[in-house]
Amino acid sequence: MIILEIMLVFVMLVGAIAAGIFKDLLNAVIAAGFVSFISAILFYFLHAPDVAMAEASIGAALTVAIFIIAIKKTKRFEEDEEDN
Amino acid sequence: MRKIISFILIVIIAIGVFFSLQEIPFGETKSKVREYYLDNGVKQTGAANIVTSVVVSYRGFDTLGEVTVLFLAAIGLSAILYREEEKKRKKRRESSLILYTGCRFLFPLILLFGSYIFIHGHLTPGGGFQGGAIIASGFLLTMLGCWRWEGINRSRFKITESLAGLVFVVVGLLGLLYGGYFLLNYLPKGIPNELFSAGIIPIIYVAIGFKVGSEIAGIIDDMVRSE
Repeated sequence: MIILEIMLVFVMLVGAIAAGIFKDLLNAVIAAGFVSFISAILFYFLHAPDVAMAEASIGAALTVAIFIIAIKKTKRFEEDEEDN
Repeated sequence: MRKIISFILIVIIAIGVFFSLQEIPFGETKSKVREYYLDNGVKQTGAANIVTSVVVSYRGFDTLGEVTVLFLAAIGLSAILYREEEKKRKKRRESSLILYTGCRFLFPLILLFGSYIFIHGHLTPGGGFQGGAIIASGFLLTMLGCWRWEGINRSRFKITESLAGLVFVVVGLLGLLYGGYFLLNYLPKGIPNELFSAGIIPIIYVAIGFKVGSEIAGIIDDMVRSE
């Protein structure tokens, strides 16, 4: 069980870093939703089903949906900014 | 240059968080407050779910503040995004038969599940916030799959939300009237683990469920209609 938890934490880290790196904002939002989903599973393993339900429904579903609606109404790709 | 500076800052913050978390003894000793809640929670509030008894009863005023923050966020969003005349939207493509049927089939089940979660908030894990979020995700599904949201009267979300908030405050004020404390649990506690137990906790959680559900559905509605 503990090995599974450690693996999940590392998968979550990869998702979080990917959400920061992606230039395509849609991919970044999906990566952030993935982080929420994994953290919901971790909350469940840590005996906090209340928090897990809130995290899964708000973090992984509704936030992603609201971000996708916002991206659809603005621009999808982040522009390259010059390093100074 | 900016990236290097921000990377150094992040490393410093990470080291600080790491060493301050080392000081906290996770999962070892029970703190005094936690011990008190675990020993007396069921007896004092009648709610079998200790988390609910803390959220609604012991820390009920904080929950009122939390609900107010959510209310203000939803009001601010609709104040920014609201527009009087609807812009001519381009025709939406009809959803396919499978999507339409599946959406119509799933929507009542999702509503039922969400209501189950907030009605049984004092017995099983979950409560008003979780159930409300599930109901809002059901509304999101209908927006993606089967309804035309242009036909829905948007003020209904706001009316439901305001009424639910009013129920919360009025129930709390009745406690002030009966016993001299805001949010006093004045109804009979009943037997723990039964549906009708724990006094005012189920009433407040049902109100929170309606409030959160209509609020988040209203936020999605505002987002979809804008621009």
